[in-house]
Amino acid sequence: MTSPIELDDLECEFKEEVLDRVPDALLDLCMTCGTCTGGCPASGLMDMDPRKLLRMVNFGMDEAVKKSKWAWVCTMCARCVNACPMKINIPKLVYNLRGAWPRDKRPKGIRGSCDQHIRAGNAMGVPTADFIWTVEDVAEEIRETQPQFKDMQVSVDRVGAYMAINQNSREPVTEPDELGPLWKILNIVDADWTYPSVMWAGENYCLFLADEEGWRYIMEEFVDHIDNNLGCKLVVNTE
Amino acid sequence: MRKFNIPHKFEFTSIIQLYGQWIREGKLKVNSDWNRDLKVKFTVQDPCNIVRKTLRQEMADELRFVVKTIVGEENFVDMVPCGVNNYCCGGGGGALQGGFPEERRAYGKIKFDQVMSTGAQYVIAPCHNCHSQIEDVGHHYGGNYRVLHIWTIMCLAMGILGENERTYLGPGLADYGL
Repeated sequence: MTSPIELDDLECEFKEEVLDRVPDALLDLCMTCGTCTGGCPASGLMDMDPRKLLRMVNFGMDEAVKKSKWAWVCTMCARCVNACPMKINIPKLVYNLRGAWPRDKRPKGIRGSCDQHIRAGNAMGVPTADFIWTVEDVAEEIRETQPQFKDMQVSVDRVGAYMAINQNSREPVTEPDELGPLWKILNIVDADWTYPSVMWAGENYCLFLADEEGWRYIMEEFVDHIDNNLGCKLVVNTE
Repeated sequence: MRKFNIPHKFEFTSIIQLYGQWIREGKLKVNSDWNRDLKVKFTVQDPCNIVRKTLRQEMADELRFVVKTIVGEENFVDMVPCGVNNYCCGGGGGALQGGFPEERRAYGKIKFDQVMSTGAQYVIAPCHNCHSQIEDVGHHYGGNYRVLHIWTIMCLAMGILGENERTYLGPGLADYGL
């Protein structure tokens, strides 16, 4: 026979853990209205949805919550918290849920990209020298084949450039011809820009992996390079 | 940087805001004349990270200003809903490499249906993850649209798009301006 839930006896360790780290996540305020779930494209996938997840966390069903792979299907797009009348931060809950997985059990693809980024400065793991070679090679081809851009300059680590521009590493690695159009636009407006050689990629898989240490390391290395080596005044995100 | 309180001296911006600024300043002389008779229809994906999660409506407006300048107001069709309330494409949060392709595509079905409802031939996706995911669900569910980076269509409009920079253009535009 089922019996009523004794609220005083509930042990919600995971919830307390998340609230310690994110005090404004407001996990206790859920009115179970389901607005989050109604507007979430991941609702129903793997028999889970945002409201159900939050209920389970609030009932202390920590083991079942941590076992669900749904944390990796939700994209943390924040449509739920945007619509939530109580502003409960479900994406932060999901982020912490991801972080509760042992690192070596988190999805291989995301983990691999994060590791590559820490090691090589981009999620594809391309050595910096190859990135620079590709950039110079594509630029040379444009100068040779497109007369209007015969003087176009593209640089990596030009000290004192006004802007540092990042680039998703899939472009130089898998579709280098996609680099040219952006450069030509920058050339036309006479932009004073350069690519940084350190942590030059625009993506951030350590955030997706919920690897705080890796994420912080990437940011610190990047900031140090821009501020102390290049002195760029503006960092431009291209995506 | 905000998350970790890492002090830094530089400012941070998006290329979309710069495009908008350069167009207003007249530095970037781009317009939609090329599409006046072609009438190719475009829609745009609002990336969650730069729209809903950071600059919100301001970024959504700027994105539309840039895109409409390039393709023409009359050839632009918004998805419903869009802007701050836009649906995530399903490629975010690492999902493209998360190892659950079936769920990722089920998630992306909403985006696919949204795109198809606009009747647009092209989706402009200013985020690489969105670009890959919207293209993938398009192939998967049998859509006939194509996905572009902004720089491709901007260079096409200015007549400076090289021959080998047209991977994502469909037959109608692949040779345009060559």
